[in-house]
Amino acid sequence: MNEIRVLLIDDEEELVATLEERLGMRGIRAETATTVEQALERVRQVSFDVVVVDLKMPGLDGTEIVDRIRERHPRTGVLLITGHGSGHGELEQVTHRGYRILLKPFAFDRLVELIREAAQGGEAER
Amino acid sequence: LTEAQEAKQRSRPSTSPRAQVPALRFLLRMLLPSRWSRDAGDVQEFQRYRRIWRYVVALTLFVSLTPLVVMTELNHFMYRRALASESRYDVARALSNVSRSLEFVIQERMSALRLLVEERGVEELRSSEKLAVTLRNLKQSFGGFVDLGLIGPNGVQDHYAGPYNLQGNRYEDQEWFREVAVRGVYVSDVFMGHRQLPHFVIAVRRDAADGSFVVLRATVDMELLTSLVFVPDLGPSDDVFVVSRDGVLQTPSRHHGGLLEPCTVPIPPLSPGIERIEGFREKGLSFDLGYRSIARTPFVLIVLKSNPIASGPWQRTRTELLTILVVSTVLIGLVVLWSSTYMVRQIRVADLRRTEMLHRMEFTAKMATIGRLAASVAHEINNPLAIINEKAGLLKDLVQRTPGHPHGEKSLKSLDSIIRSVERCGNVTHRLLGFTRSMESTTESIDLPELLREVLGFTGKEAVHRNITVETRFAPGAPPVQANRGQLQQVFLNVINNAFAAVEHGGKVDLIVESPRPSRVRVTIRDDGVGIPEDKLPYVFEPFFSMKGKFGTGLGLSITYDLVQKMGGRIDISSKLGEGTAVTVELPASASHRGDA
Repeated sequence: MNEIRVLLIDDEEELVATLEERLGMRGIRAETATTVEQALERVRQVSFDVVVVDLKMPGLDGTEIVDRIRERHPRTGVLLITGHGSGHGELEQVTHRGYRILLKPFAFDRLVELIREAAQGGEAER
Repeated sequence: LTEAQEAKQRSRPSTSPRAQVPALRFLLRMLLPSRWSRDAGDVQEFQRYRRIWRYVVALTLFVSLTPLVVMTELNHFMYRRALASESRYDVARALSNVSRSLEFVIQERMSALRLLVEERGVEELRSSEKLAVTLRNLKQSFGGFVDLGLIGPNGVQDHYAGPYNLQGNRYEDQEWFREVAVRGVYVSDVFMGHRQLPHFVIAVRRDAADGSFVVLRATVDMELLTSLVFVPDLGPSDDVFVVSRDGVLQTPSRHHGGLLEPCTVPIPPLSPGIERIEGFREKGLSFDLGYRSIARTPFVLIVLKSNPIASGPWQRTRTELLTILVVSTVLIGLVVLWSSTYMVRQIRVADLRRTEMLHRMEFTAKMATIGRLAASVAHEINNPLAIINEKAGLLKDLVQRTPGHPHGEKSLKSLDSIIRSVERCGNVTHRLLGFTRSMESTTESIDLPELLREVLGFTGKEAVHRNITVETRFAPGAPPVQANRGQLQQVFLNVINNAFAAVEHGGKVDLIVESPRPSRVRVTIRDDGVGIPEDKLPYVFEPFFSMKGKFGTGLGLSITYDLVQKMGGRIDISSKLGEGTAVTVELPASASHRGDA
């Protein structure tokens, strides 16, 4: 199995940096982008297996970033993260427009699990 | 505090032993507002309604009783006046009728005697035989004459016709003779004649051409007058009789002495007309008293009529009037009390309803504010929490990857603790966010029984583990509701979880779906668990209130409340400590079904 390539898009630099390091320890090659421009720039250059996008980015809505990425790489797996919550407490709403959502703060293991899932989904389609 | 005690004491009499008779207690409750003190709670509020009540009662009583009392008093006065004038009229009529008859009878005899001496001439009478014939004629045509005598100027009765031998009697020293000599005509008081029968005398003078005179003297039987002194329909204590001017009874009276006895009724100074004394009291009775002197005689006619105002019929009428007044006052009083109490009670109910509505609105607004605040706080906290979480995770990774770390075990423990704490914080913020979350939610027509079965599916295991009986009663034909499935699941999951948390091992939870109106669906979730203390009940929908101790976030029901409100429904809770809790969620039926009924 190829190494999974992940782009972490969130304006919280500390968060994405830490995630990048931890994912790296688990054999997932992650990159970070803290602005929309940076993210789109990276996506132009590289095809990622999975993008992890904060739903609320300054400048552009998370879902719009996802739309732009999917335009270019329709098979890229998408995972949304948000600090706003889904609004349904215990009954965690697990999807938004068909994408998985993780509520901050999330369990790291769950993130890894979902990244692998998304990557596999992408591969299966491939 | 003293006010409160006062009010308490005031309200106490209504719960006295009297009030223990159920009917009386019911009546008291209908008529008096005293019962408000119990459920009012707020003494000032109670006193306010009490004040309104007093004011209304006083005003209505005044307005309705015043005309009644005035009318009764007026009636009383008019009736009394009518009675008095009727009585006066009766006395006046009796006086004038009887006195006219007496005057006529006496006058008639006087004229007859005068006619005798004027027309026939004295010479015609100057013989006892002729006098006897005349007496017989007089008796036949007029009646009442007993004897007849002719007296000369020297006062000697020269001729006499009658039952006694009075010829030669001398009258020159007697008062009546002097009087008739001066005045020409004379009527005497009554006296007892030789036969012990009452008589009176009429005498007329006839002047002769030579300046001397004779007097024709006739004795008349008093029976003639006595028979005339009669008034029809006299009351038992009424009286009519004739007295002389010096107060000697000339006819027998019923209650004021016999013939020729002094009269017990005082005689006022007399005028030619009618004299009257009103309210004359005798033997405990009150009378209207009327006098009339009979012209050219010493007689005075007296009529006594018992005063109607002081006597029985009037007293009876008064009692009747008073009874009517008292009865209608009591009736009006009862109606006023009842209507005032009813009205003030209605006002109070309306006030309570308005207050409740205000509370509800206030509560909704508060909820919205809290929700917005909570959402922004939660959001701001979630990002740092995520960083803490990941940093701690990183440290944990690093420690785990450093074999023989001097504080390895301790560090790992601490890091796990940090991560667990972050998780707990996360749980709170997630639920807070859920509170007013408005991520566009799609609604669909949802069949409630089906949804409830789904929700029970989530919690089914807990019920089985703890041996909880779940009984469902779903009314057939309950209309579906239009809502977001996730939110609706959330609502019932919260409530059912609470119910499970409240019951003991082996407890029972009822789920009931019914449709009270075609446009509404009602779900009742009832448990037989610990219940909620009454003083806590008002707060169960507030955020951070929890009955589950440290296991609860206190957000479940407040989120539920918010969601139900947004769906256009309402949620109510009733509970009894130790007996259980019932939560009722009422939702509008889906629009497509509303028109059906």
